[in-house]
Amino acid sequence: MRPAFRQTSRFFATTGKKEIWNLFFVAGILVGGFIAARWLSDGGPVLIAPALASELQSYNITDTRHLLPREIFSWEHLLTLRSFILLVVGGFLVGFGTRYAGGCTSGHAIMGLSNLQWPSLVATVCFMIGGFVMANVLLPFIMRL
Amino acid sequence: MSNKITDFEVQSSDKAGAADTSIRHNFRYLLVGVVFGIVFVKAEIISWFRIQEMFRLQSFHMYGVIGSAVVVGIISVWIIKKSGIKAIDGTPVTFQPKKFHKGQIYGGLLFGLGWAMTGACPGPLFAQIGSGVTVVAVVLLSAVAGTWVYGYLKEKLPH
Repeated sequence: MRPAFRQTSRFFATTGKKEIWNLFFVAGILVGGFIAARWLSDGGPVLIAPALASELQSYNITDTRHLLPREIFSWEHLLTLRSFILLVVGGFLVGFGTRYAGGCTSGHAIMGLSNLQWPSLVATVCFMIGGFVMANVLLPFIMRL
Repeated sequence: MSNKITDFEVQSSDKAGAADTSIRHNFRYLLVGVVFGIVFVKAEIISWFRIQEMFRLQSFHMYGVIGSAVVVGIISVWIIKKSGIKAIDGTPVTFQPKKFHKGQIYGGLLFGLGWAMTGACPGPLFAQIGSGVTVVAVVLLSAVAGTWVYGYLKEKLPH
């Protein structure tokens, strides 16, 4: 077997019974999200910063009744260019980037910093740089698509 | 490259020996997940709007959430280390030092871009779906595809 292939196959060979707790955990997050939205919310709109509200208005986003704007995050808008890029490309970057960085906001920013790990500080700073660049430089173009 | 697995983001520590895979044991993780999910919604951590405010410096909200989580985390890690408290299955809690590699820069930047687009990091995706925005299942599938592509390209990427 070629070394590269062996490495790759080892990367994928992680879904044993031992890792099944992961699935229980994320299923719990889904259930928790349901419980909170269904029974623990007053149904009021999200109060957002006026500057953000006026910027979003220029992209025709005014619905703040949910935690995510329905003008982007809904099945009926999924096939618009704007939503498709944000959901599909954005999702891909979240998955790819998290694995590449060896952790996400929980693993690096919260857990890594709590354990005083400097590589986690590097990762956290890069998360923030990526986010600032997207929100302030790239997103204005994507939102107008 | 040694065969020792150091990437605990992907694989659980082998030190624990035979893992308990019973439903009863895994149910505890489900409960912790439920608490996590409720906090995600109630603290508005899964809100796309709050993430946008954070990256535009328009509100303190997310900085307060992450900052206080880090403070609580530092105290918790310190207590766990000091007291030698055991995990629920009786094994000692060990902390693995993180090794620096370039992926933390390149991957970190890419994740940051995706974070501002979707308004979610991986955990909150599940809470967004649970809270009723079912279209986020598309984001989740795409994120899973992203991790798969990473696995496929891993050896070719700079680390």
